[in-house]
Amino acid sequence: MASQTQTVEHAHGHEHEHGVLHHHFDDMAQQRESTFLGMWLFLATEAMMFGGLFFAYSLYRWKFSVAFHEGAHHQNITLGTLNTFVLLFSSLTMARAVHAAVERNKKQLVQFLIWTMVLGTAFIVVKYFEWGHDYHEGLMPAIAWNFYDRAENQHLVQELVEKGSNPHQVMMYFVIYFSMTGLHAIHMIVGLGCLAVFLRLAMKGQFTNGNDQPVEIMGLYWHFVDIVWVFLFPLLYLIAGFHPSWLPPPPGGH
Amino acid sequence: MAEHHSAHAAEGHGEVHVTLPFYYRTFAWLMGLLIITLVAAWLNLGLLNLPIAMAIAIWKAGLIFTNFMHLKFSTALARVFALCAFFFLLIMFVLTLSDYFSRGWLGPRVW
Repeated sequence: MASQTQTVEHAHGHEHEHGVLHHHFDDMAQQRESTFLGMWLFLATEAMMFGGLFFAYSLYRWKFSVAFHEGAHHQNITLGTLNTFVLLFSSLTMARAVHAAVERNKKQLVQFLIWTMVLGTAFIVVKYFEWGHDYHEGLMPAIAWNFYDRAENQHLVQELVEKGSNPHQVMMYFVIYFSMTGLHAIHMIVGLGCLAVFLRLAMKGQFTNGNDQPVEIMGLYWHFVDIVWVFLFPLLYLIAGFHPSWLPPPPGGH
Repeated sequence: MAEHHSAHAAEGHGEVHVTLPFYYRTFAWLMGLLIITLVAAWLNLGLLNLPIAMAIAIWKAGLIFTNFMHLKFSTALARVFALCAFFFLLIMFVLTLSDYFSRGWLGPRVW
């Protein structure tokens, strides 16, 4: 009983200094730890969801290696690299937002949340142009798949068949490409929505009153989505090497 | 463990106080690794392409996990939570791919 009273007093005494301590926790450290663990548990389920797609990727890349090589040739590697940079940079701005919340710097928190949203939106815009290009090229399975039916591309079909592959296997690459980047983009859009709510609350002075942990948790989600892209970029874009038109060929040729 | 935790947590409230240069250094490492992965893909090292690309991706992910996501300053329990997902993924990959890769090794069924 004594400890219970103490807990309540403790909670009351720290309400304004360190955020609200909920009654079922002993102290702030335990509450923070529980929140942190809860988010990591969620991220573990996310990792397993993406894991299923990574497995499908691994299996089909092993089975259809020629087709996956061909599929990666259709990617705009410059835009992919740009997006990787944009997303890594948004992780830095997100980390700075978390830092600003801990420092109780409202102006910087708002500033870096906006930066993170701008960079996240830039990523989606670039993706929109990439997908638009795939659509016009006829490389979008089920929606616009006619690239290999076009007369000017028959030599590519011939090359694929000579290497023991065919356009259907390339289609599998694009099915997996759109599934993985699509699920990733959905996560980005959800993240942007959450950031918008956080921005609104941050402007009202939330998170800089000692209740900074929600921003850290938001950051965990954002960084996780970044990590997924860190794997998607080499697996989907760099299979066929990094040979953008503006770079000279490597010493040994392609 | 409690000692370790409080050593990194401010005022014993579990908050993580990380300096800005720490975040900048992490970002610089990530950029450096991105450039290395691009150079490796540009050079085209044949069979080494995939292992190098994956090693660098895992290195980058590790930096984000420990530095940006604060696992470096967290309790062992939080690290176990983070690792368990990858442990289960490992089970899925190793067991299922070992089936696919080894099909037909022993010849067709004869009984």
